[in-house]
Amino acid sequence: MAKMRGAIVVDIERCKGCNLCTIACPLHLVTLSSTVNHKGYNYAEQTNWEACNGCTSCAIVCPDGCITVYRKKEE
Amino acid sequence: MENGQKDIVLLKGNEVIAKAAIRYGYDGFFGYPITPQSEVLETLAVDKPWETTGMVVLQAESELASINMLYGAGCTGKLVFTSSSSPGIALMQEGISYMAGNELPGVIVSVGRGGPGLGTIQPGQADYYQAVYGGGNGDYHTIVLAPNSVQEMSDCMGKAAELTFKWRMPVIVLSDGMLGQMMETVELPPYRPRRTDEEIGKQCPWATNGIGLKNRKYNFMSTLEFDPAVMEERNQKMAAKYRQVEAEEVDYELYRVDDDTEYLIVAYGISSRISMKAIDLLQETGIKIGMLRPKTLWPFPNKIISQLSERIKSILCVEQCEGQMINDVRLATEGQATVFHSGRSGGMVSSPMEVVEDFKSMARERMSNNWPKGYWMK
Amino acid sequence: MTREELIIPENRIYGKPTLMNETPMHYCPGCSHGVVHKLVAEIIEEMGMEEDTIAICPVGCAVFAYRYVDVDWIEASHGRAPACASAIKRLWPNKLVFTYQGDGDMACIGTGETIHALNRGENIAMIFINNAIYGMTGGQMAPTTLMGMKTATCPYGRQADLHGYPLHITDLAVNLEGTCYVTRQAVNTVANIRKAKKAIRQAFENSMNKKGTSLVEIVSTCSSGWKMTPEQANQWMVDNMFPYYPLGDLKNTIVE
Repeated sequence: MAKMRGAIVVDIERCKGCNLCTIACPLHLVTLSSTVNHKGYNYAEQTNWEACNGCTSCAIVCPDGCITVYRKKEE
Repeated sequence: MENGQKDIVLLKGNEVIAKAAIRYGYDGFFGYPITPQSEVLETLAVDKPWETTGMVVLQAESELASINMLYGAGCTGKLVFTSSSSPGIALMQEGISYMAGNELPGVIVSVGRGGPGLGTIQPGQADYYQAVYGGGNGDYHTIVLAPNSVQEMSDCMGKAAELTFKWRMPVIVLSDGMLGQMMETVELPPYRPRRTDEEIGKQCPWATNGIGLKNRKYNFMSTLEFDPAVMEERNQKMAAKYRQVEAEEVDYELYRVDDDTEYLIVAYGISSRISMKAIDLLQETGIKIGMLRPKTLWPFPNKIISQLSERIKSILCVEQCEGQMINDVRLATEGQATVFHSGRSGGMVSSPMEVVEDFKSMARERMSNNWPKGYWMK
Repeated sequence: MTREELIIPENRIYGKPTLMNETPMHYCPGCSHGVVHKLVAEIIEEMGMEEDTIAICPVGCAVFAYRYVDVDWIEASHGRAPACASAIKRLWPNKLVFTYQGDGDMACIGTGETIHALNRGENIAMIFINNAIYGMTGGQMAPTTLMGMKTATCPYGRQADLHGYPLHITDLAVNLEGTCYVTRQAVNTVANIRKAKKAIRQAFENSMNKKGTSLVEIVSTCSSGWKMTPEQANQWMVDNMFPYYPLGDLKNTIVE
């Protein structure tokens, strides 16, 4: 059966670590990093990307437009 | 409107402002009724220029709104104007500061009345400071034109349209209730077509109207700077422009001034018309008196006043207020001539005979006291 | 499929709209402004109106909106954006003209301009960010501050006898004949963001179709002003703001 595969790329330096994406992800695949960016924010990162279906929820709620979503149907 | 001809008509000053604006190709008017200038909007409403030249006319909810409509329109490169009277212009000061700060075009007609506060609805010139020095915040100037006839009310609308784009700064046409209400014959200019969007795009590449956005960076209008060094740079750039305007745009008229003139009247607007009669009366009795009439109040004709001060006995500054322009005249004399005040205020207007009497008391004072040159006396 | 195989341009399905530039936004983490800016940029792009948009930003946190979305912007003086926009739309009837204002700008200092622009039925869209507080000046009481809510200028909570009542400017707009579309939205969840986008899009289309004035209120958070995390702020908004400012269309005269 075809399965949607997704992945996100976070613009780390643009991210302010507001944490809204981690709450929005229905599969709980986004967390805040343990390290900080140049502004001193713990930035968003994806864990277990293999489980991502590219639903775009994290990117839609991101106030700073830091998240780009890629999605492809895997045959 | 298709004949392209000048028309000679008998009209009120306020009506002429409206009709001249339509003919000079103004894109819009935004204003709020106030005596003694309400005929401006009334005339526009009757003439319906939106059906002929396409000029927009809108009665705003307040002078605050009017000036901010002017601000918005100026940002997009349109030629627009508002008109009001003293208390209304007081409300507009913030907007004028924003327009000056963003270096925007826009024409503000002020038909002055007696003040302060609501004051009176009769003519006044107590808003010289308001127009020339402004009540808005910051380091800015506006060009101030001072017509003294209904004809010049018309001409000033054309001159203001030209100057406001040439220098990218607001232009105030400072008139008064008498000029606004009196009727004279006037030659209205031929119709000039409004600029097309393409022409505006070419003339105003700085404007925020979206034109050509795909081939340029976005434009924005903002007066806010968090970096004081940047703000200072903006101020310095504007100051340099103001110095250039002062060098190039001073305009004045001399009346019966010649090589042996002994006394000088300095007056603008309606006071200059009154003073002309007073000068004629005095000349009949052999007194060598003439007049300098500033046609631009900012920039002020400092140089000519300084030059004349070297060789005249004293100056009478005639204005319908308790003395405002007199301070600029005194500065312009550079201490070389004594300057006296003549004028009524609060909506009262001098008669030519009152000016003659003020001249006589000035001359008497001058003879009975051996003042050094440059002594200041009110 | 490896991650590298997936992350290629043809698989990109969502990201920052191209009209939104790289300048980092000055807003606090989690601020609703960012989401609304993004929606505005997306809609202008989707409508192909880049060269035909004149946007007017307020005095308030969104004073720097012009830095982020690459269209021509005008920063109006405090509260006067509707007057500014009225003139521009009348002079440029084929442009998309909208204001973007906060609660202090639209519902306090600029109430007169707001009501009269709405009442004249100016063909503009007005986006109203209502977070019940003055964000930029440091968290003072806004006209929309809820009863009992604490701010820097009502530190013991808003009280009717001291401060008066919250102003429902959006509800007022419904009764004005010039308005064609009045709606209240939020951007706290994916579903709400989608609805808000649809609402702003309709408001913009109404402007272009000369249907009258559209007012889109976005009930928003101000986590710094409210002294909460963005997550707590969203929850507080759901618990306290939504009951007082219920979401949904309040007026829609446009028959689809």
